[in-house]
Amino acid sequence: MSWIWVGMLGLSLLCGSLNGAGDLGRAAMEGAGKAVSLCVSLTGSLCLWSGFAAVLERAGLQAALARLLSPVLGRLYPSARRDPLTMGALSGNVTANLLGLGSAATPLGIEAVRRMQRLAGSDTATDEMCRLVVMNTASIQLLPSTVAALRASLGSASPFDILPAVWVTSVLSVSAGLLAAWGLQDCCEKNEKRRTQNEKLRCPCGTK
Amino acid sequence: MTAYLIPALLLAVSGLALGRGANVYDALLEGGRRGLELVKTILPALVMLLTAVELLRASGAMEALTCFLRPAAAWLGLPPETLPLVLIRPLSGSAALALGAELMAAHGPDSLIGRTAAIMLGSTETTFYTISVYFAAAGVKKTRYAIPAALIADLTGFAAAALTARLL
Repeated sequence: MSWIWVGMLGLSLLCGSLNGAGDLGRAAMEGAGKAVSLCVSLTGSLCLWSGFAAVLERAGLQAALARLLSPVLGRLYPSARRDPLTMGALSGNVTANLLGLGSAATPLGIEAVRRMQRLAGSDTATDEMCRLVVMNTASIQLLPSTVAALRASLGSASPFDILPAVWVTSVLSVSAGLLAAWGLQDCCEKNEKRRTQNEKLRCPCGTK
Repeated sequence: MTAYLIPALLLAVSGLALGRGANVYDALLEGGRRGLELVKTILPALVMLLTAVELLRASGAMEALTCFLRPAAAWLGLPPETLPLVLIRPLSGSAALALGAELMAAHGPDSLIGRTAAIMLGSTETTFYTISVYFAAAGVKKTRYAIPAALIADLTGFAAAALTARLL
């Protein structure tokens, strides 16, 4: 993220000075302000859905969902198989995503990542965290209701006729994301292995 | 139907929990408090992200990128009109929705461009927002390959949207 942040700022400054764009300072302040108003509008739904998730857990529904989805999720997230609470949060996250309840999916997904982080005990993303984030960045919803409502309001003849295309596209992008994650995982591991080997070579007798 | 989905879901789950003898209201409040703490941890990440996004838009960097990427878009089969949407989609959900609405209004919601925009909006997510929020909340600092993998998924989604808009 650090590189991306610096890159975005550098590009903006470069283009802004070339274009003679007006007040970039004000734009920056506006962006920061927008983030706060987004957070404020997010707070209500985050609180409501976190409360809902807590009730879901007490009703025993999370465990039932987890049992239903564990054959698939257990394969993608092996550590969740050993930790029922992670599995519960994960299956809730997937279900909410499928139903198109993005605001409900977020607290559950975060709960799952937090538990994974606690198990891993470091500030480096594990392979499972990367897969979970990729799954959440590539939307898997069955009913894109916001877009359909937008099309209806603009006078589309049948606002839901994009459904098959959306499903095919979602499946393609999620599979591409997961495949990429696996490919990059190998790449990353090789790199990390080489780095540790190099360190060993530098101090062969084990003293630093 | 979707208009009643959320209240019906809330009622059904609360009723079930009540039937099983759980203290529903207590659980709601406890969860709500957790939600509030969540907001506190993700706010700084959002401020940084949206500041950079606003700078990109105000400086005209977005337009410059659109011009620059036109040949690549043609190669992927993306209609050039949808390029600004492709660039803003991973960064800002509300800006992407506004851009999509503009495209649909200008070209008609049932036109090829309108349909492509709608499919793009329906089958992708706000990637950088999701990554910042999830990893900020969990306290993860090294994201390893999460960003490239997510961007590959987005790119595939955009190309597939252009394709399925024609075929399906």
